[in-house]
Amino acid sequence: MTLLELQNVSYQSKNKEILKNISLQIDRGDYLSIVGPSGSGKSTFLKLCAHLLSPTEGEIFFKGKDFREYSPLELRRKIAYCAQTPCLFGDTVADNLSFPYLIRKQKVDLARVEALFSSLNLNFEFMKKDVQSLSGGEKQRIVLIRTLLFKPEILLLDEVSSALDVTNTLLVEKVISSLNQTGTTVLWITHDLEQSRKYAHKLLTLDNGKIKAEEVLR
Amino acid sequence: MNSGAAISISSLFMASSLVIVSLLFSYFQKLGLEKETLISVGRAIIQLIIVGYILEYVFGQKSPVFTTLLLVFMTFNAAYNAAKRGKRIRNGLLISFVSIAIGATITLSVLLLSGAIQYEPFQIIPIGGMIISNAMIALGLCYRRLTSDFKDKREEVEAKLALGADILPASLEIIRDAIRTGMLPTIDSAKTLGIVALPGMMTGLILAGVSPVMAIRYQIMVTFMMLSTTAIASFIACYLAYRTFFNQRKQLMN
Repeated sequence: MTLLELQNVSYQSKNKEILKNISLQIDRGDYLSIVGPSGSGKSTFLKLCAHLLSPTEGEIFFKGKDFREYSPLELRRKIAYCAQTPCLFGDTVADNLSFPYLIRKQKVDLARVEALFSSLNLNFEFMKKDVQSLSGGEKQRIVLIRTLLFKPEILLLDEVSSALDVTNTLLVEKVISSLNQTGTTVLWITHDLEQSRKYAHKLLTLDNGKIKAEEVLR
Repeated sequence: MNSGAAISISSLFMASSLVIVSLLFSYFQKLGLEKETLISVGRAIIQLIIVGYILEYVFGQKSPVFTTLLLVFMTFNAAYNAAKRGKRIRNGLLISFVSIAIGATITLSVLLLSGAIQYEPFQIIPIGGMIISNAMIALGLCYRRLTSDFKDKREEVEAKLALGADILPASLEIIRDAIRTGMLPTIDSAKTLGIVALPGMMTGLILAGVSPVMAIRYQIMVTFMMLSTTAIASFIACYLAYRTFFNQRKQLMN
């Protein structure tokens, strides 16, 4: 079943065409790696899928319905997005991890938080840490945990392991792969060629705002 | 100095020699401010003379409708100036007008109901002018802060939107910072009242022969009304203006 579909999508910003006529179908349970040189439009592509931007031309469909037929909040709670730069807000890690519960008017599920902490090799004591004191790799893992507190239908990842060491990169890959096996559709931008082919079902190469190649890996 | 309110034209003329001091400084220090100084002094004299005659006419009119219209005119001008500080904000003029009008109306109503002032032009117009101009400055600061924060903290706002937050929780920190920025100068000046400077209104009353103890009562009232108007106007303006940074699909605009 097609979960996400882009039809002739173009995106223009300040008279510059960043994405040109992209058409793509992503099925439920797919695992898609996205590669391409810097400036090829990969991050814009993910932001369009996260509905943080709207195409200047073309349409995007989720479960066969145009994005515009959904409320933006409903879409974003089903399609999770992790940006390239890990952005933490507030004072502590706890401020960040309570936010997704706060906006849904729910109590923080500490068991869920603890499980995610341990799966990414982080001590639960991290909850009290000042966000300013974290390293780049720790920030990336906290942002990932924040994104995964509520299991999404589609997970959009923009170079989320770029600041991680080998051990933690493997852990992140494992967590994402197991999420994919339980039904979450994954779109992951990476510069690591080995990583792009490791678990993905398909490999999408973008170049100069266009799809250069679409390869089925497994 | 005279003990009463009167200041003679000849005294004023002699006081104008102080302008020459400023001009001489500029000339010998090569500051290049002579022309600017002369223009500013000229403008100040002409504007104040005009305002003096207008106020004399206005204070002579006992009609509350006329007084109210003048307050509306002042509010509109203040809103126009505040809106210029937030060009990115859609409907900035309307938002500013509504915010300043509500802030000033609530404050003036409390002052009138408590009997602190009467709805007489010689009381309402100067007090209205003070609170409206203070609110204008506060809104200008709020708009600049909102505009810069929505640009600088774009990633943070988008991270919150991506987590499924509505535009209000995604912007709350920015809104609070903007309100704080608008209110802080008024709070800071209240903290130093009487220590760093005797404020304009109090100085004016003392110069006019009112006892300092009585002048202080007025100054305390002025401080209260400035704080309340600034708080109300900044709060309303920021909560109305933040929406204009998003489009209908709740996306942060470029």
